[in-house]
Amino acid sequence: MKFSNIGYLLKEGFKGIFLHGFMSFAAVCVTVACLIIVGSFSILAYNLDVMVQDLNQTSEILVYVDSDLSDAEARSIGTKINALNNVLQSTFVSREQALQDFVEDHNGDSAFNGVQPTDLRHRYVVTLEDNTLMEQTDAQLRQIPGVADTKAAYALAQGFSTIQQVLHIASVALIAVLLVISLLIISNTVKLAMYDRRDEIAIMKMVGATNGFIRLPFMVEGFTLGMMGAVLAFGLEWIGYDALVEKISTVDALKLFTFVPFETLLVPMILVFAAAGLFVGIVGSWTSIRKFMDV
Amino acid sequence: MIEFTDVVKCYEQGNKALNGVTMQIDDGEFCFLVGPSGSGKSTIIKLITGELRPTSGTVKVNGYALERIRKREIPLLRRTVGVVFQDFRLIPNMTVYDNVAFAMRVIGAREREIRDRVPYVLELVGLENKANRHPGEMSGGEQQRLAIARALVNNPSTIIADEPTGNLDPARSFEIMALLQEINNLGTTVLVVTHEKNLVELFAKRVIAIDDGYVVSDGRER
Repeated sequence: MKFSNIGYLLKEGFKGIFLHGFMSFAAVCVTVACLIIVGSFSILAYNLDVMVQDLNQTSEILVYVDSDLSDAEARSIGTKINALNNVLQSTFVSREQALQDFVEDHNGDSAFNGVQPTDLRHRYVVTLEDNTLMEQTDAQLRQIPGVADTKAAYALAQGFSTIQQVLHIASVALIAVLLVISLLIISNTVKLAMYDRRDEIAIMKMVGATNGFIRLPFMVEGFTLGMMGAVLAFGLEWIGYDALVEKISTVDALKLFTFVPFETLLVPMILVFAAAGLFVGIVGSWTSIRKFMDV
Repeated sequence: MIEFTDVVKCYEQGNKALNGVTMQIDDGEFCFLVGPSGSGKSTIIKLITGELRPTSGTVKVNGYALERIRKREIPLLRRTVGVVFQDFRLIPNMTVYDNVAFAMRVIGAREREIRDRVPYVLELVGLENKANRHPGEMSGGEQQRLAIARALVNNPSTIIADEPTGNLDPARSFEIMALLQEINNLGTTVLVVTHEKNLVELFAKRVIAIDDGYVVSDGRER
C-alpha cells in the first residue's frame, strides 16, 4: 500500500459512516447501550466493594491493659503492639477517656455517676491491615506482657471478608459475561453493515484491490464508530451517575450508602470505555469483514 | 495468455465441473466460450480470476500459475484480467466517473493518473457525456458499457465478459459485441462467455464449446 493512498482510505472510512447512516447509527446505539450496561455494573460493583471495605475497616480489636500496671507502663505497651506485622494502627485510650466515652455513648446517664475511672482499664483500639488474620493477630496480642485481655469480633470480620470475596468473583464473572454478550451483539451489527456492502467489497476484490486496501476503510469506520459509542456512553454514564448519587444523597433512608464521586473514577473509566470501544469497533470490523473477503 | 492443461475441478460436494479441459487462448485473441447451463463455463471463469484452484492440471493466466499462486499474488493477477458481468455489478450511489475511478483508486492509483485515464476510457466506450450520471439513470446497454469501461481502466491484458449481453435487446447486444471487438483490435485479449448462438454466428471468431466439463469443439465459426 502506497503512503499516498492513506489519505484516500481514511476519507473513505469516514465517508462510509455517513453513506451507511442507519447501520452506523445502529452500531453506535448498540455500543452505547452495551458499554453503559457494563459500565454501570462495574461502578456498582466498585462502590459495593468500597462500602464493604469501609465497613471492614471498622472491625477492630480492643486490647485491655493489666490494671496493676502504672500509666507509663500501660502506654509503653503501644510500641510492642505496633511492632506486630498485621497492625495498621493502635490508639491508646486511658481509663478516664474510656469512662468519658462510655458516659457520652449513654447520653450522660446519671446512673453512671458513681463509676470511677479506676473501675475501668487502660486499653488500646487496634485496627488491622488484613482482617482475615484477626484471629492470629489477636493471639499475638495476648502474648504481649501486660495485656490482660482482648476483645475481637472474628465472625463479623470473617463475614465482611466473605462478602467481599463473593462480590469480587460475582462482579468479575458478570462483567465478563456482559462484555462477551456486548461483543457478540456489536459484532453482529457490524456484520449486518458489512452485508449491506458485500457487492462493493466483491467489486474491489474483482478489480484487484489487496485485502489490506479493502480492510482499512472498514477498520477506520469501525474505529470511529467504536470511539463515538465509547465517548457517548462515557458522557451518559457520568451524567447518569452524578444524577443518581445526588438523588440518593437527598433520601434519608439511603444516606447509609456512600458513593465514590465519578471524578475519582475518571481515568480508569476513560481507559476502560476507550479500550472497550476500540476493541469492539476494530475487532468487530475485522472479524466481520473476513467473511466477505473470500471472493 | 490463458492456458489450461488437463484441468479437472471437483467441488467439495463431490460433483465434477471440469473433466480434463485443455485449451489455449493467445495474447490478442478474441474467443467465444459457449455451452449450456452447468457445462462448466462459470468454473472456467472462476479459475481464470483465481476464485478457484484446479483439483488437478495446470492453469496459466498472464504469467501466473494458478494451481500454485500465493494468496497475496491474486490481486496482482486480477489487475491483468478485467471482468464484465451480465448484471453489470456497478455501485449505484457512485457517478459514472466514480464507478470507473473507483477501480483505479482501489489498486492505489494516483489522482492525477485517474484524472487522465478515466475520461479517455469513457470516451472509448461512448460515455464521455454521461460522466456525472448515476447508473440508475442509464439504459442497460449504457450500464454494460460502463462496466466495460471499469474493466478496461486498469489496462488489463485480458477482458473476460460473462454473458455480457444477457440482459440486453439484440441491437444493444450487437453494440456491446462491437465494442468488445474494438477493444480487441487495440490488442486486448477478449474471452466472451455466452450462450447466444446468433451473436456467435455474427462475429466470425474462434469458438470453444464446452459440455459436461469437456471441451467438445474448438474452432472458428463459419
